[in-house]
Amino acid sequence: MLPQASPHASYEIAHLIGATVLMAGFGLLYQRRLQAVLNTFAFQAMALAAAAGWQAHIQNAPHLWATAGIALVFKAILVPFALHWLVERLGIHRTVETALSIGWTMVVGVALVALSILLVLPVTAGAAALTRESLALAMSVVLLGLLMMITRHNAVTQVVGFMALENGLILAAVSAKGMPLVVEISVAFSVLVAMTLFGIFFFRIRERFDTLDLHYLETYRGDRQ
Amino acid sequence: MNTSIALQLVQILLAVAVAPLVTGWVRLVKARMQARRGPSPLQPYRDLYRLLQKEAVVAHSASWIFRAAPYVTFAAVWAASCIVPTFTTDLYLAPAADLIALVALLGLARFWTALAGMDAGTPFGGLGSSREMMIASLAEPAMLMVTFSLSLLSGSTSPAHIAAFVLSGGIGLSVSIGLALMALVMVAIAENGRIPIDNPATHLELTMVHEAMVLEYSGRHLAMMEMAGMVRLTLYIALIGCLFMPWGIALPGAAPAGLAVGLGAFLVKTFTIATALALFETSIAKMRVFRYADFLGGALLLGLLATIFHYVSEAV
Repeated sequence: MLPQASPHASYEIAHLIGATVLMAGFGLLYQRRLQAVLNTFAFQAMALAAAAGWQAHIQNAPHLWATAGIALVFKAILVPFALHWLVERLGIHRTVETALSIGWTMVVGVALVALSILLVLPVTAGAAALTRESLALAMSVVLLGLLMMITRHNAVTQVVGFMALENGLILAAVSAKGMPLVVEISVAFSVLVAMTLFGIFFFRIRERFDTLDLHYLETYRGDRQ
Repeated sequence: MNTSIALQLVQILLAVAVAPLVTGWVRLVKARMQARRGPSPLQPYRDLYRLLQKEAVVAHSASWIFRAAPYVTFAAVWAASCIVPTFTTDLYLAPAADLIALVALLGLARFWTALAGMDAGTPFGGLGSSREMMIASLAEPAMLMVTFSLSLLSGSTSPAHIAAFVLSGGIGLSVSIGLALMALVMVAIAENGRIPIDNPATHLELTMVHEAMVLEYSGRHLAMMEMAGMVRLTLYIALIGCLFMPWGIALPGAAPAGLAVGLGAFLVKTFTIATALALFETSIAKMRVFRYADFLGGALLLGLLATIFHYVSEAV
């Protein structure tokens, strides 16, 4: 067992790991190559596992170790591996196509971080300091995942954005005390199921439209005349 | 008072004495990583000596700016290196100098180098100058943002105060300081023309930035320009060491033993960071010119986030 750190230091370390997850979220927005995006995503999941493990240690909550394990095995190893395999199978190694330039995406990202901090701090005035800061960080990660889903054309990167969003949710869940394990397990498995469905859809979309750029679907949806 | 003047003199000489060795060390580590034997780390001293022996050739079209620029550049960088604490914070110039003065001195050096690049009237020089100015216009705001977030944390823009504040445990493991460190590292890479931004060893026209500006120089002028580059690299390494890992640095009133420890710690930190730089440079490819804005914009945003997170920790 690790030595029990002082409350202040343990709070700072939790904050630091949360910030690492957030930085990985910015890394996802910054990358231009599909392979690099997937590697960054794996890194983010690893940081998430570390965050969950640290919370398990300082809250003395054994079930959070399970969360950390799930994050490490499924999200840091299985999902990136599957996505790498998909990218390989579909033969897409090209650069990420963006709807908004990378620089502007980063600017919007920072604005979203400021927004989530402004939002979370007054709402959670009564909560413990550790929870508040982690919630602000987690909210930022969720919004960055959403931003990634909005600003990317390619279906694979949109799925990575979805998974990053889900990483933010788990980060929020582990920092709130008393989150039942069954909820986390069911979330983890539904993400895995979603991953499988996305994989099948990729092949279907590709077969039908010869591309994974989702703009071509808009004519069929009636968005574009 | 007298000790601080003496220490300041030692620091002024140390900055110039160590700089070629640091550059030589980076080159040696990079050579070893590329499975080459590489020259001895003392090679930059020999190169500088050789250049100082040689005749300086100046283009017919060049004006006095071309002759003056190497000296002004070197003087500005050297002056900047005087105010960054290396082994002790007990420096005579420490109260007068802060990070903003440092940015200004480095900006002066860059301005003169860019002028010299355009002065001879060759296309490469102009191309190098325009690229250098583009990088500078992106790197300087990021550097100032780092300065602001550090001064918000510690209540001072003086490197000596910030180092003392970090040593006293006033900051701890703050997110802001981690973000500021990342931003400063990115700025330092850009400012020194290291690999993702510029390749210090290139002689291929399309990729040159700093090399293109000093292409026309020879002899003692080139020696001054090269020396300025080496001192700038050591200065940034010392700055990162002093602001973010000031452990071992001698505070005012330290005994001679403390100064010796400070000197040893400075050398260990410098060569560790230099090795890390060489490993980083070997593992990464050079970036396209059009991506500089993203890279340095990223540094600026990290600095901004450092400030935002400072207010979050304040609010809690």
